[in-house]
Amino acid sequence: MSIHSYPLPKRGDHRPVWRRLLARDSIVRRVDWILLAAAGALSLLGCLLVWSATRNRTGITGGDPQFFLIRQGLNLLIGVALAVGVMWLGHHRLRGAAPVLYAVSVALMLLVFTPLGTEINGQRAWISIGDWTLQPGEFAKVAVILSMALILAARVDTADRTHPDGRSVLQALGLAAIPLAIVLVDDMGMAMVIAVIVLGVLLASGASLVWTAGLVVAGVAGAVLVWALGVLDEYQINRFAAFANPDLDPSGVGYNTNQARIAIGSGGLTGSGLFRGTQTTGQFVPEQQTDFIFTVAGEELGFVGAGGIILLIGVILWRALRIARGATDLYGTIIAAGIVAWFAFQSFENIGMALGIMPVAGIPLPFVSYGGTAMFASWIAIGLLQSIRMKRSLSAA
Amino acid sequence: MTNIPETGRTTRVTIRLVVLQILVFSLLLTLGGRLWYLQIRQGDEFAAAAAGNHVQQVVQPAVRGSIVDARGVPLADNETRLVVSADRSTLMRMRDNGARVLADLAELLEMDPEEVANRVRLCNAETPQPCWNGSPYQPIPITDEATTRQALQIRERAEDFPGISAEPTAVRRYPAHFEARTAQVLGYLSPVTDEEVEEARDTDSPLLRSDQVGRSGLERTYDSWLRGKAGVTRYEVDKYGRVIGQAEGDPAAAGANLVTSIDARVQAVAEEELAQAMEEARTQRDTISGRPYEADSGAVVVMESRTGRIVAMASQPDYDPNVWVGGISADEYRRLTGEDSNNPLLNRATQGQSPPGSTFKVITSTGAVNAGYPFDGRYDCSSSYSIGSTTFRNFESRGYGPISLGQALEVSCNTVFYRIAHTEWQKDGGMNPGDDPNDWLFKAARQFNLGSPTGIDLPAEASGRVPDRQWKREYWESQKDAWCEMAKSDANDFAHRLARENCEDGWRMRAGDAVNFSIGQGDVLVTPLQMAVVYASISNGGTLWRPQVGKAVIGADGTVLEEFEPEEIGNSPATEQTIRQMKAATEDVITRGTASWRFIGWPQEQIPIHAKTGTATTEGKQSTSWLATFTDDYTIIMTISQAGTGSGASGPAVRRIYEAMYGVDEEGTIDRSAALLPAPMEELPEIDENGTIVADLSGR
Repeated sequence: MSIHSYPLPKRGDHRPVWRRLLARDSIVRRVDWILLAAAGALSLLGCLLVWSATRNRTGITGGDPQFFLIRQGLNLLIGVALAVGVMWLGHHRLRGAAPVLYAVSVALMLLVFTPLGTEINGQRAWISIGDWTLQPGEFAKVAVILSMALILAARVDTADRTHPDGRSVLQALGLAAIPLAIVLVDDMGMAMVIAVIVLGVLLASGASLVWTAGLVVAGVAGAVLVWALGVLDEYQINRFAAFANPDLDPSGVGYNTNQARIAIGSGGLTGSGLFRGTQTTGQFVPEQQTDFIFTVAGEELGFVGAGGIILLIGVILWRALRIARGATDLYGTIIAAGIVAWFAFQSFENIGMALGIMPVAGIPLPFVSYGGTAMFASWIAIGLLQSIRMKRSLSAA
Repeated sequence: MTNIPETGRTTRVTIRLVVLQILVFSLLLTLGGRLWYLQIRQGDEFAAAAAGNHVQQVVQPAVRGSIVDARGVPLADNETRLVVSADRSTLMRMRDNGARVLADLAELLEMDPEEVANRVRLCNAETPQPCWNGSPYQPIPITDEATTRQALQIRERAEDFPGISAEPTAVRRYPAHFEARTAQVLGYLSPVTDEEVEEARDTDSPLLRSDQVGRSGLERTYDSWLRGKAGVTRYEVDKYGRVIGQAEGDPAAAGANLVTSIDARVQAVAEEELAQAMEEARTQRDTISGRPYEADSGAVVVMESRTGRIVAMASQPDYDPNVWVGGISADEYRRLTGEDSNNPLLNRATQGQSPPGSTFKVITSTGAVNAGYPFDGRYDCSSSYSIGSTTFRNFESRGYGPISLGQALEVSCNTVFYRIAHTEWQKDGGMNPGDDPNDWLFKAARQFNLGSPTGIDLPAEASGRVPDRQWKREYWESQKDAWCEMAKSDANDFAHRLARENCEDGWRMRAGDAVNFSIGQGDVLVTPLQMAVVYASISNGGTLWRPQVGKAVIGADGTVLEEFEPEEIGNSPATEQTIRQMKAATEDVITRGTASWRFIGWPQEQIPIHAKTGTATTEGKQSTSWLATFTDDYTIIMTISQAGTGSGASGPAVRRIYEAMYGVDEEGTIDRSAALLPAPMEELPEIDENGTIVADLSGR
């Protein structure tokens, strides 16, 4: 492979600044502005919704109505900075760093089970350092995508093979299995997302469909086995099924699902207006700034606003799929496809549970839900996508 | 870079990416479709659900209107008590659900901690009393008998008693001025039931869960006037019940006041005299049964003869209406309704039915005159009268020879009426009546409104019974199966022979039935109030007035909202001449007849009293005393169950009521200044500029 150039102004380029900026090889022309705009708009909308959801929750804001707004704004700034950093480095330079990133992620995930770990809502998925909490699982998603792409694409991109061979697939699966096993202990939602990412990556890598099909069959068989062996208590099964029949867990998940549905349903076409949703102000929906953030949009912004969120996610996925198709190598394609699988499933699960068509799981809505680590990871993904796209633009030049 | 395209993808990968794209956009379409379904298709339903989620009502109870007597003296009003209440939602937010606060409160109030805890629990089907039946957002009263010191403690130590308040609150009170309880006439209140709330939902006066409603007496009849309209404030609240939104709603409107025709002083005299007469009767020995009289119950009605307005109405046994205030205890409730209670809640003036005995003879006389027997004719008052093998006797088997109907009333001769009734029965066909028998005597009873409620403004009035042919047939229809079943038996005792006879032709009016009816015995039943209507019609010259207690409704601001004018329910079947003749005869009862020994020294010239005594017998019981009396202004009926003769048991009591009303002393001297009510009160009580009804507490 040739040495890769990055969109830095070439030394000795004597074109006027504005010409340089508008040239085909300039950063301005190579960045996917539509993707950036969609992610930015979604994040800013998320900040407003988080603000609306937490304004009155004095129990968690400590009396400062803007507490969560400011924190989320800060999260967004850090996230954008991380994205710029990733773009600067480029996904190819990150290839070398992938094993380190992977090792650090797994180590952090294990730290969760030490006294540094914190339990939130019955899930031990956070590390707490002073005032700050970190969810290592979010970084693990990026690490899994990067390291699997590294292994699966290695022999294809060096033109040894047309498709990843069995050995590479096994190696890649082995790498994914470790973080997956860790989150399976106490974070079902995260485990589901990682599993879907693995499937998406495998699918896009061009590996034999036997692997993908085998994994799906194994997953279904495992679920059936768990259910048949009675490993789960009845209440756990009920909680899982309560999204379809709230009566199974009327005071817990069923209540939440019901209230979420009432909040969204009462929004109608245009909603009650920001800060004016009675369900939101009345705090009838739990975890509204994180897992149930979509209900705020549903109630206060109505079909227009909530549909807009789905549309913005659609735009991000559309651009990401375009980038996957246009990538110069399989490595880039796999990363972009992995990100698509990640965002698509996580959004579907999060919005689906608010709409009562998916079981309730503690999964944030990318870019919108309150949470630092999730915001960072999402924006790192945007950085990766931009990097893949800029590579193509340059090659095409 | 030889065998792979520059884009780094094989066709396989491209196809896979298309598959991924299709999958992803199907998911997004699913979300969009579901969102549309929830927000647009079903949006209205959810909007309604959301509205119900966050609006809570807080009710400010309306002050219930007072019930006052004819001179404004309160019979039922409200007093301000220090009510300590607990706010359940505040308590439930505490870690121990407020257990410690309630325990401390119980100690301060010197109450049983368990009872305090029980009072704030919410009622459901299984919860025994006490429990809270109202809205959980409503302050729940713990006690209405807090002392000022306790209330101050609760307020000063607010941090120790979160969610507990001590507020002066209006509580129903029956003040019993002049010691007039007026218990059964006033009735009582009790908390509204779920069914009633449901029923009243769409009416003009919807009920709230916290409401008390009138259960009997005036409190019930005039409930919608008295209750007023509770103020409702609607708050938007959050999941924890904290108020987040603007309050809106209607202010409370106090209930209107009811002015009655009751005179609390006369009421007090009536109650006292009735109780004393019964007390006195119990010291007398009944010569027939050989035991002292039971005098188990009694009633007295004082009514304005020319309007039907009730001046006093007492019923024994009675009770203190204040036991209902603040929730009745289980013990007290048992004492009022238990098997041994003898039903003090019953208003025996309107709900007590018994045969009227000889007081019925004015009705028989009217029927006889209408049938063609001249009032001044001559009728044989023999000592006994035989029909077949049965002999009907006069009281103490006395005979008076040929006398007029008037004299028959005066001496209360039975045989005169037996003879007329038997003759009429035979004329109507005897055991085989024609298609259209005259039934003059039964007709007269019906025309005097017997067998029907008088329509007084008190609930659950009894209708009495006129045992005419129609009733006999209906009764037979309902009983014949039982009788005929019993008739099949071979036994030959009295009960079985009677059953056999009844099974066959129990529907027939027999001579004995007709004869017994003529002297107010047998199956005939009346209430004291019905007799008051009958005798008042003699006093006023022929109008049957609907008895009324309520006189006017005065709004909380003092405006007269409604005046209840006297209302006729019919005209007496007696002609003016008969009425005149009966008036004379009933006056003779006082001056020289059966009641004369009780009215010696009465200033009959100035205040003529008329009377008819009655001593009704019921199988297996001691005689019931009846005394029906009237002056030009008032009609007084008194009856005491199992107390002996009309004049004997009731005479002195009725006389003393008249004495009090007209200001007559024991010697018969009239002192107008001592008279409580020498003439009926026509005007409404005075209302001051604040709209308050001024009570005239003078007298007695």
